[in-house]
Amino acid sequence: MSGISRRRFLAASVAGCTATALAGPRKALASGSFTGYPDSMGVLVDLTRCIGCRSCEAACNKEQQLPAPDRPFDDKSVFDETFHGGTQKRRTDENAYTVVNRYDTKDAGPVYRKVQCNHCSEPACLSSCFVNAYTKTPEGAVIYKGNVCVGCRTCMVACPFHVPAYSYSSAIDPVVKKCIFCYETRLKKGLPPACVDICPQEALTFGKRKDLIKIGQQRIQTNPGRYVNHLYGEKELGGTSWMYLSSVPFEEVGFDPTPGNEPIINHVKDFLGTVPMVLAIWPAMFTGFHLLAKKQADHDDHEHDAEKQHGDEGGEQ
Amino acid sequence: MSAKLILTTLTMVLTFITVGNLAQAADMPDQVSIDAMSVLFEGVEFDHAMHTELGEDCSACHHHATGTGTTDERCVSCHANSDEVASVGCRSCHASEPFSAEHINRKSEEIYKFHIDMPGLKAAYHWNCIGCHEEMDGPTGCQDCHARTPEGDAFYHSDASSASTSGKSGH
Ligand code: SF4
Ligand code: SF4
Repeated sequence: MSGISRRRFLAASVAGCTATALAGPRKALASGSFTGYPDSMGVLVDLTRCIGCRSCEAACNKEQQLPAPDRPFDDKSVFDETFHGGTQKRRTDENAYTVVNRYDTKDAGPVYRKVQCNHCSEPACLSSCFVNAYTKTPEGAVIYKGNVCVGCRTCMVACPFHVPAYSYSSAIDPVVKKCIFCYETRLKKGLPPACVDICPQEALTFGKRKDLIKIGQQRIQTNPGRYVNHLYGEKELGGTSWMYLSSVPFEEVGFDPTPGNEPIINHVKDFLGTVPMVLAIWPAMFTGFHLLAKKQADHDDHEHDAEKQHGDEGGEQ
Repeated sequence: MSAKLILTTLTMVLTFITVGNLAQAADMPDQVSIDAMSVLFEGVEFDHAMHTELGEDCSACHHHATGTGTTDERCVSCHANSDEVASVGCRSCHASEPFSAEHINRKSEEIYKFHIDMPGLKAAYHWNCIGCHEEMDGPTGCQDCHARTPEGDAFYHSDASSASTSGKSGH
């Protein structure tokens, strides 16, 4: 590193310290104060109502203009498909933003569960994405900009529900694919998503998230014995826009029973607390990078020469 | 059939789709076309007359609306002796578009009142019909009641090969 850049980095870290000190109270405010947009929408999924007709899968396929399925959407044999030695049921992918699975439970017989993005209030996909491809809209949808996505797969790993998938149809430009709550075609116009619209059983209730919490609790109270006393997604991982009622313990129908109530972002907030500092030192850092790059370029030229005299340069770096 | 039952049947006001009130009792349909939402499936010609004979009382389907009393413990506290309502058709209470902005906003304003969780028309039919049909061994498959339209076939991709296992969709 040259003397110039070393001096600059020193200056930057002083600026960084100041920024960190300033950022203290802001960080405390930022973490934990966001309880979601007040009128954001959600869906209450009532597993006791679902009959596994897969109409929601068909509606999603049509609405999102996804490729034709391998089997018809009224083919129930897909419920027997398993992966990884029978341990995993069907998952969403770039061709299917929602899938319905059947669980053969001891006490309640077959229980069907629809899987899709849960549109977290504090989405791990969003906070993990370093190019800011994701947005949580005031309506509640977690959407993404395909043209910004660089296909790094970070969100795929970050999502606690294994939702984001990638389209590799263009090998050089993979792009994230997932349920967007029918944001463009429906939600932002005040319409329910296509799956909700088609469901013959109203297993999917669309409404304001805060009302759905009350409705969910009311269903538990007024139907003794029908539900386990838990509204999954009300608190889990900081809350999700899609929430669930079930007649059997949630782990019996493939839910992670202990995801905790902390949003994933809280696990990385110490890291995110450094963001204001990063912003403060950004200009200095880029100057540094620029100088480094310049030096690297010089060095590369140098290296081409060096290749001819192999070994002489070894100790310098 | 007992005289009482015949009398009850005759005086009942029962229409699923059209507006009904006491004055229209004579027009009570034996047959009801349930076709308001038929796009993917054809409408259902509902044999109302036959079902009124099967049903123990009107409240089995019409809750408290027909004024015949209700035994549902969630309803009796208010509706044990409710009068017949002006319009007993299903759609008078069950909205055909339960998730319209209008409905959702009203639900929000009335969240502490009763009936905030009333199913829409489509679900009301399916719960009532399928629930009873399961108990009584009636038809329960989708196409047992309404044939699928060509549009429905396309929607479900019924031309996709059922035998194909080559794809990995859904994984
Ligand atoms: S379920 Fe996964 S993809 Fe959907 S918002 Fe939450 S973290 Fe993101
Ligand atoms: S459309 Fe409704 S009942 Fe049918 S599988 Fe989907 S959620 Fe279940």
